[in-house]
Amino acid sequence: MNVWIAIGATAIGCYAVKLTGLLVPAGVLERPLVRRLAALLPVALLAALTAQQTFADGQTLVLDARAAGLAAAAVALILRAPFLLVVAAAVAVTAGVRAVGG
Amino acid sequence: MTSAGSGLTVWQTCALSLLVFTGASQFALVGALAAGGNPLTAAAGAFFLGVRNAFYGLRLSQLLALPRAVRPFAAQWVIDETTAVSLAQRDRRGARIGFAVTGLSLYVLWNLTTLLGALGAEAIGDTDAWGLDAAGPAVFLALLAPMLKTTTERVAAGLAVLLGLGLLPVLPGGVPVLVAALAAPLALWAEGRREGRARGDAKEERR
Repeated sequence: MNVWIAIGATAIGCYAVKLTGLLVPAGVLERPLVRRLAALLPVALLAALTAQQTFADGQTLVLDARAAGLAAAAVALILRAPFLLVVAAAVAVTAGVRAVGG
Repeated sequence: MTSAGSGLTVWQTCALSLLVFTGASQFALVGALAAGGNPLTAAAGAFFLGVRNAFYGLRLSQLLALPRAVRPFAAQWVIDETTAVSLAQRDRRGARIGFAVTGLSLYVLWNLTTLLGALGAEAIGDTDAWGLDAAGPAVFLALLAPMLKTTTERVAAGLAVLLGLGLLPVLPGGVPVLVAALAAPLALWAEGRREGRARGDAKEERR
């Protein structure tokens, strides 16, 4: 049930935000500072989420096979690999490290 | 698939794709729920990731000049990809066609692959053994990498990682990510200081 509440809240919130952009008169969001902040917020959020999903187990920090997987994804990104290959590299390396007993 | 791997049912996964239709927010919501966050903070995190769509909408509304009655229907398709395609067109007609075609095809494909992914994940069973729990962070990293163009973005990302991980053990689930969002204004402030100093140096040299 809780999950449905979260889905509902996210759906309504995300739709409202998309519609607001179409309806809000220009000028309000045109200010350079607001613009820069809006571009930076996703960067901060994505970075924090990436780190947490890699190193968090519940509320404790751990270093496990996922870290190796993320490192593989980073290498793939530096080599300019396509999106799916980056994700596949992370998945394969994580599974591999786990299989070996990491 | 990531979603079904973290304890959501097939229906919940599909509802997410049909109703939210913003990849980053969906992944964020699922990630926060899987990490044991409470549903409302999880939704708040996902919401903040969706906020950039408002800025896309602003540019698109000038570009497409849609009649008011059409806007509530068009709104659901205001995402990274449709914005990119529409902005690449030379005239309004092209932009409108680009927006509609990209929106429709992505919406259909995204929801079909979600259904297949969710069913597939159920068939696979323990997704952790296959390393699928690493797919979420890898997707985030791939979305994040092209955004890290200047020092300011890197500072924001670095600070956010420190805040997100540092506060994880002490604050309830979902809250550290929201606090990490403060890295954005902090990085902007640092950028302002750097620029101020650079300007000051330039003045010194001229003297």
